[in-house]
Amino acid sequence: MSDTLDCAASPAVEGAAPEVKITVRDLDFYYGDFHALTGISCDIKARSVTAFIGPSGCGKSTFLRCLNRMNDLIPGTRVDGTVLLDGQDIYGPGVDPVDLRRRVGMIFQQPNPFPMSIYDNVAYGPRLHGVKKKSELDDIVRDSLERANLWKEVKDILDRGGLTLSGGQQQRLCIARVLAVQPDVLLMDEPCSAIDPTSVQKIEDLMAELKSSVTIIIVTHNMQQAARTSDETAFFLQERSGEPAVLVEFGRTADIFTSPKDKRTEDYITGRFG
Amino acid sequence: MSETQTSSAPRELKLMSRSTYLKEAALKNLFMLCATMAVAGVVLIFLFVGWRGWPVFSEVGLKGFLGGSEWLPTQGLFGILPLLVGSLVVTLGALALGAPLAVGTAVFLSEIAPPRVRSVVRPAVELLAGVPSVVFGFFGLLVVRPIVADLTGGLGFGPLTAWLILAIMIVPTIATLTEDALGSVPDGIREASYAMGATTWQTIWRVLLPAAKIGIIDAVILGMGRAIGETMAVLMVVGNAPVFFRGIGKPVSTLTSQIVMDMPYASGVHRTALFGLAIILFLISMGLVGLVRGLSRLREGTR
Amino acid sequence: MKRDAKNLTNTLALAAFWVAGITTVVVLFAVIGYVFINGARQISPEFIFTNPHGVNAEGGVWPTIVATLYVTGLAMLLVTPVAVLAAVYLAEYAVQGRLVRTIRFAADTLASVPSIVMGLFGLALFVESMGLGFSVISGALALSFLMLPIVMRTTEEAIRAVPKYIRWGSYGLGASKWQTVSRVVLPAAASRIITGIILAAGRAVGETAVVIFTMGTMINTPILPTDPGRSMTVHLYQLSMEGINMPAAFGTALLLMAMVLAFNLSARWLLRRNRRMQG
Repeated sequence: MSDTLDCAASPAVEGAAPEVKITVRDLDFYYGDFHALTGISCDIKARSVTAFIGPSGCGKSTFLRCLNRMNDLIPGTRVDGTVLLDGQDIYGPGVDPVDLRRRVGMIFQQPNPFPMSIYDNVAYGPRLHGVKKKSELDDIVRDSLERANLWKEVKDILDRGGLTLSGGQQQRLCIARVLAVQPDVLLMDEPCSAIDPTSVQKIEDLMAELKSSVTIIIVTHNMQQAARTSDETAFFLQERSGEPAVLVEFGRTADIFTSPKDKRTEDYITGRFG
Repeated sequence: MSETQTSSAPRELKLMSRSTYLKEAALKNLFMLCATMAVAGVVLIFLFVGWRGWPVFSEVGLKGFLGGSEWLPTQGLFGILPLLVGSLVVTLGALALGAPLAVGTAVFLSEIAPPRVRSVVRPAVELLAGVPSVVFGFFGLLVVRPIVADLTGGLGFGPLTAWLILAIMIVPTIATLTEDALGSVPDGIREASYAMGATTWQTIWRVLLPAAKIGIIDAVILGMGRAIGETMAVLMVVGNAPVFFRGIGKPVSTLTSQIVMDMPYASGVHRTALFGLAIILFLISMGLVGLVRGLSRLREGTR
Repeated sequence: MKRDAKNLTNTLALAAFWVAGITTVVVLFAVIGYVFINGARQISPEFIFTNPHGVNAEGGVWPTIVATLYVTGLAMLLVTPVAVLAAVYLAEYAVQGRLVRTIRFAADTLASVPSIVMGLFGLALFVESMGLGFSVISGALALSFLMLPIVMRTTEEAIRAVPKYIRWGSYGLGASKWQTVSRVVLPAAASRIITGIILAAGRAVGETAVVIFTMGTMINTPILPTDPGRSMTVHLYQLSMEGINMPAAFGTALLLMAMVLAFNLSARWLLRRNRRMQG
């Protein structure tokens, strides 16, 4: 992670057309009577980082939560349109949202370790899904904490409460916790906005390491962070209050930040970035 | 690790398994059943107390029971008016003494007390709620009653002693709910008042109490319910003479105390009539709860 | 001049509030102090651990202690699973609607039912109709209806106090609703739930009108749940109304207060410890 815009160029070098992980077509979303999102269509590429940007209240977090059906937990919400994960409709009849969320993990704005030990936090997911053997759990916990770059800091205090860690460590613990259930997609909802700046760097480094194995989507308010970490960027905007938000522009991060096609994107980028 | 990481062949999304679905649905229904136990409790109380008490309306008659002015079981007279008046006198007097004390305590806790004082007074209020009513009755019988006897003549059994004891007993109910109501008044309102040069008292009297008005009324109504339903403490100090109120130092009886006094030996219509008193008490307390709920709906409507 | 009047009113009013707050504390300490000072002389191992005997109930109060703890413990066992699961339903599953409104109204009503009415209800249903007689189990069943709304409310508050972020974390890992509730939410809320149960048990220990008509007044050390017994509260009531053995009444009052205080203080201690740990 050196310069601001260079990382965007790397994935395309591999030649063949990048495979698509998530396909969204004509998605509309409603909170009760309120029409929150309309006409969203995009293709999210596998093993890359995609950033969702836009002003507050533009629906980017809502859209993110459509991708693992977390919005199902809010009564009165409704989704129209299709979301395909590896070609399969996640809103199809009979699809189990619980299994979906195993494959599409999520990191939240507020680090949210469970009030239990570090070890139990990471072992929580595997235990849910039936792993019982101590040795197997030990391996998963270690492997996940290593992948989250937290192992060195916590390997001697695994039985200490997860809430005793610093904010940044807590967030990496939450990442380890998600990695322990082997997701293919990681949704990150402003993962750095509630932690200290020195920890932000660690999380961004982690994203760069993880994207070789996991598809990452990050919602961020921080333009520099989007530019630094992502390969592709989606810009959301709610043009007037009371109207649904739309996806204004979606493309390679380098293009969005240097030569946006849409005037609204340009205004936002220059207003916030310049 | 059982699965390979992000293999190129995507794993199929699982459909919701029937057994998981059934298990979650069964659990939800079990929990709902537990929650309806509260409803079942109310219905059962109504049914069983009603079943035992209902015949009083045919055997004594609506007029003889609700409108009768004499409670003389040996002569077959079961008029509840003296008891109703006794309950009313005892309750209203206790409210007149206890409500200002409780609201004052709540305001003290929420607006005035320094943190260290508050950390003594608040637990004291909570502990007061835990003191068994029979202990209050015991204290009233041995400590308050003789003092009242000196003041009014006689033995000191009567409404005044009951007022003093009940006034203390309803303080926790009213104070806790009033403090909640004051706590939900936004700080901005306080600051605005102080910023205009109002004193603490003016802020409390002109701004906070009006703002918390409905919550305080709720609290007083629930305190009233507590006072009407209180049994042991009242029973031990009120004198238990089922006659009309004659003075603050003269024995009376209440709906609750008469039940405990008579139940051990009552039979036949007399016993039915005691269950009839319980129906009345149940309806009163339910009515007060309904009133509070109605008020809170009103409050939501005005916001 | 006007300003002085304003300040004087303020000072007087504030003094009145101080008096109100102090009165409450003084009364509490007066009651506790009176009972402890007069009761302390009566307390001895004999008083606590032997049976009463003779027409004036000389001797100890052991059977009433056993009966009180027995009926309270049984009521706790009966009420805890139902009340906790009911609170789980209200806090996690229920959708706002007529059923929930009815349940809440019923719980509020149940919480305000006068204890004498609850006593007669227990007499009619458990003692007589179900044929359980004056017994510990009749008393415990009636007390559990008294405790139900208290435990339900404190548990629901405890569950709602668990941050929703923590629930999301669990759902986001592919946990089902029941897995989230049972493995994350309830453990996180556990100490507040236990506090609520202990407080409700404290209420049950101090309850008189319910147990007098369901467990009876016979002095007996209950062994089986179907045995009758006399609670400490009933014992205190009988002794003080008959006025025959006031020393024993003072001793009983002290033990009763000590038990109730122990329940309340342990609940407060638990809550404070929990707050510090999450601090």
